[in-house]
Amino acid sequence: MTSVLSPHAQLGMTDGEYDSLVAILGREPRPAELAMYSVMWSEHCSYKSSRAWLGRFPTEAPWVVVGPGENAGVVDLGDGWLAALRIESHNHPSFVEPYQGAATGVGGILRDIFTMGARPIAVWNAIRFGSLDDARNRYLLQGVVSGIAGYGNAVGVPTLGGELELSAGYAKNPLVNVMALGLLRREQLVLSGASGEGNLAVLLGASTGRDGIGGASILASTGFDEASGAKRPSVQIGDPFEEKKLIEACLELYDRGLVVGIQDLGAAGISCAASESAAKGGMGMVVDLDDVPLREPDMTPGEILMSESQERMLAIVTPQDLHSVKEVAAKWEIDAAVIGTVTAGGALEVRHHGEVVADVPAASLSEGAPSYRRPAAPPAVLERLWSDAPVLPAGIDMEDVLLRLLDDPAIGDRSWIYHQYDHLLFLNTVVEPGHDGALLRIKGTDKALAVSTDGNGAVCGLDPRRGAARIVYEAALNVAVVGTRPYAVVDNLNLGNPEKPAVMWQLIETIEGMSEACEALGIPVVGGNVSLYNETDGADIDPTPVVGMLGLADPIPQQPPRLDRAEEGMGIWLVGPEDDADFAAAAYTRVVLAHLGGRPGDVDHEVGPAVVRAATKLAQAGVPVVHDLSAGGMAVALAEVCIRSGVGASVVERSWRGLLAEGPHRFLVVAPAGALPDLPGVPTRKVGTMGGTRIDFGRHGSVALEHARRVWQEALPRRLR
Amino acid sequence: MSITRKAGLSDPEGVATGRALRDLGYDEVGEVHFGRAITLEIDDGRLLDAAEGATPVADGRIREMCERLLANPVIEDYSIEALP
Amino acid sequence: MTGKVAVVVFPGSNCEHDVVHALRLLGGDAELVWHRVSDLSEFSGVVLPGGFAHGDYLRTGAIARFSPVMPEVERLAAAGAPVLGICNGFQVLCEAGLLPGAMVANRDLEFISRPVHVRVESTGGVLTANASVGDVLRIPLNSYEGNFVAPPAALDALESAGRVVLRYCDAEGNVDESSNPNGSTNAIAGIVGAAGNVAGLMPHPERASEAILGSADGRVLLESFLASLHSAAVVT
Repeated sequence: MTSVLSPHAQLGMTDGEYDSLVAILGREPRPAELAMYSVMWSEHCSYKSSRAWLGRFPTEAPWVVVGPGENAGVVDLGDGWLAALRIESHNHPSFVEPYQGAATGVGGILRDIFTMGARPIAVWNAIRFGSLDDARNRYLLQGVVSGIAGYGNAVGVPTLGGELELSAGYAKNPLVNVMALGLLRREQLVLSGASGEGNLAVLLGASTGRDGIGGASILASTGFDEASGAKRPSVQIGDPFEEKKLIEACLELYDRGLVVGIQDLGAAGISCAASESAAKGGMGMVVDLDDVPLREPDMTPGEILMSESQERMLAIVTPQDLHSVKEVAAKWEIDAAVIGTVTAGGALEVRHHGEVVADVPAASLSEGAPSYRRPAAPPAVLERLWSDAPVLPAGIDMEDVLLRLLDDPAIGDRSWIYHQYDHLLFLNTVVEPGHDGALLRIKGTDKALAVSTDGNGAVCGLDPRRGAARIVYEAALNVAVVGTRPYAVVDNLNLGNPEKPAVMWQLIETIEGMSEACEALGIPVVGGNVSLYNETDGADIDPTPVVGMLGLADPIPQQPPRLDRAEEGMGIWLVGPEDDADFAAAAYTRVVLAHLGGRPGDVDHEVGPAVVRAATKLAQAGVPVVHDLSAGGMAVALAEVCIRSGVGASVVERSWRGLLAEGPHRFLVVAPAGALPDLPGVPTRKVGTMGGTRIDFGRHGSVALEHARRVWQEALPRRLR
Repeated sequence: MSITRKAGLSDPEGVATGRALRDLGYDEVGEVHFGRAITLEIDDGRLLDAAEGATPVADGRIREMCERLLANPVIEDYSIEALP
Repeated sequence: MTGKVAVVVFPGSNCEHDVVHALRLLGGDAELVWHRVSDLSEFSGVVLPGGFAHGDYLRTGAIARFSPVMPEVERLAAAGAPVLGICNGFQVLCEAGLLPGAMVANRDLEFISRPVHVRVESTGGVLTANASVGDVLRIPLNSYEGNFVAPPAALDALESAGRVVLRYCDAEGNVDESSNPNGSTNAIAGIVGAAGNVAGLMPHPERASEAILGSADGRVLLESFLASLHSAAVVT
């Protein structure tokens, strides 16, 4: 039985969208036009299910230079320095082909940075898989890590951190979110809009083939099912060497002022770059596909327009500068082909073999996309889930519990991952991966930047609004404890099928929770990415917002806190509101009780920001250890300090719940006795002393330090052998 | 042409792959050596001998390509085969 | 002699700015030189920096050794000028035949990016002249193909002539299998050529040139190199 789907349905377009297109054009679309609109109006490109709600994010602050809407957010660091940041997902391609999916994810995010005029100086990756007991998930993890290393190391951008979460819900929907940071001087900033009638559109970089045709629409706009194997040909293949040459060529073009505007080619390839470039400049464009350097013979116009071949940029150049542009391209051994001209009037006209194959209003490809307000309603199970709080025992064996937590591969030592990534290139890394946040110096200044990427699908699954807010505070603390103040956020929202009211409700709640926390902390959201349809065989992932937090310090802390600076005799303090009840999504509940239920505690917008400021203040003051509490609460945080510093500790009388509860507003401090600066308004209490060869929790039990270290160190590697 | 690691030199990929095969039960597998296959499309009449049926295999230029660039004689051996 | 150092940039090199930064910090006069430059007469020494020249395609260093700049590098090497290859640069020097041996994949088939310890085995040559035998240096390694191999005759020649200048070791200076990060033959981390002026090492001394970066142990190696720029002759 053959399919009787209409051409537009085969491309993933609904009847309603098709009618809307006909109305815009005033006629039926030509085949190449249909191809362009089908990718541009796909979920991945148009955000049609989420756009209506994204305006809630607080996006303004005096230091925001470019907010959401351009290729990357840009903030002012003072003294003429700017930082560009962006986060993106490459989830579906990584399930189909993990190495290339992750590799091209890195490539794509780097282009979003250097298209702004900035040299990319670091990347981070937040990755999520199912349980490592399953060989398939081990294969995905190893493929993704290899892909990030293979591409990132070869292209020459250090990877400075990331996070790993393992949960059954990601088994068939792994998540790969990549964040990139770039540095530039104000005069180097370049935007994407095409301007100047008669200027030339020059395609730079790799040749165009059939990679990823329909990738954006096919892979990222629907869930997976039995037929997913057949989707393999759509995966893009990355070439980091080509990208490196492209980076250097573009930076040289910018340096010599040879570019009027520039746009990177990502999802929807030339369709997107040409139309957005024209629309942003309020102009039109004529494009001749015969001038596009092709890697494969006999490509149709639709294929050329939809191709997602990697490592390409579209630069707008004045005719008199074309010769110089070609010289720079020739030096770096990349193609530079004039494929179009900027026109007045706003139309995007595409030609092929002498015929007009597309003639559409350029802006309609992005602005004409539908925006849906799909129905939203809380999941039916929610009330029952909230009332199903974990039943906590009267007492526990702390040795047993701590070792089990340290043995969890998402909690234990992750150096197996980050030692495969170059993390020292560019000589900026002051605090390397393995601590709460990475700290980078800016050479030639007193400034420093910190970045952390944080998410927690489990807590957001239980309560998306509270969960999203908690993650913002966690990320803020992670950059504060290395001495910076939280400065800007980029967010990656990963959710399931938006055609389900429960998922829409999760999306709206996530955005709300994140927004409230950012407002309370005074942090603008300067960009973001939404990945929907993370669903397989009808099962959606937990809502998984990932926050990419940028922190700024001026001046750089002289001696930033590190997990390995604790010494015998130093005191241990816990800073933040007392908490012994927050267990709903705690690691203890998940790992030891194997339970998922209850309602996570809410954030506190009064105390929360004060706690973050206190962390920055202590880190700036040179306190040896300032460590955010996250998975495993105080017990795991303390164990991490002991293991990294090679010194045991003893804890004063505390309930076991106080050791393992996980609230969002607490951190640990280790400092010479009596050396703690005053922290008005923030609860602080001494909880122990460093020393000895055991981690001693009093009546709850104790663990030999060496034993804890071995278990922690082997947690991830032993599962991958 | 086919380029392989010289016997006796460290070949970590070969060692790991041999181990993996034996772990899967193929214990008849001894040493494993990795190499690569490179195909060159030669498009130049002057490389052919005047005699009919001669192929470019024996031609010095292909051999030169192997010795100068395609193989590293310190660690690799190579062999050349003409494809129809 | 001007004392200027050429830091060569191949397409795909990425440590060139770091090398220039570190050399200048130590008082050196260093300049970036594009790989198509075919005249190095104004330079007294050369550094081939780390990275992925030509994407490491075909073999690491295999294409770079044919760059237009390389005949000049070979001329300077033959004239006794200091020529240093770091990581990818070391690989290029091996491919070019300026140093013996070759690099293959790390024993555990994983990219390694972390600090390692190396022990100074000999102070003969431009890389370690300012160090002392037995010094233990903590310097970052950053490579997938850092596993040094050489035919038995070449290996014997290196060892017997004392041209292995750095070996991987543990923090106390013990050379053994567990402290060899990549399986490199005889734990070799750095060597010099017969005349002592051509040197190669896999770890990155420029990444250990400032305390704020975690270690300044790499300075002594770069200082040795800079000091040798002004020596008329170099002895092994």
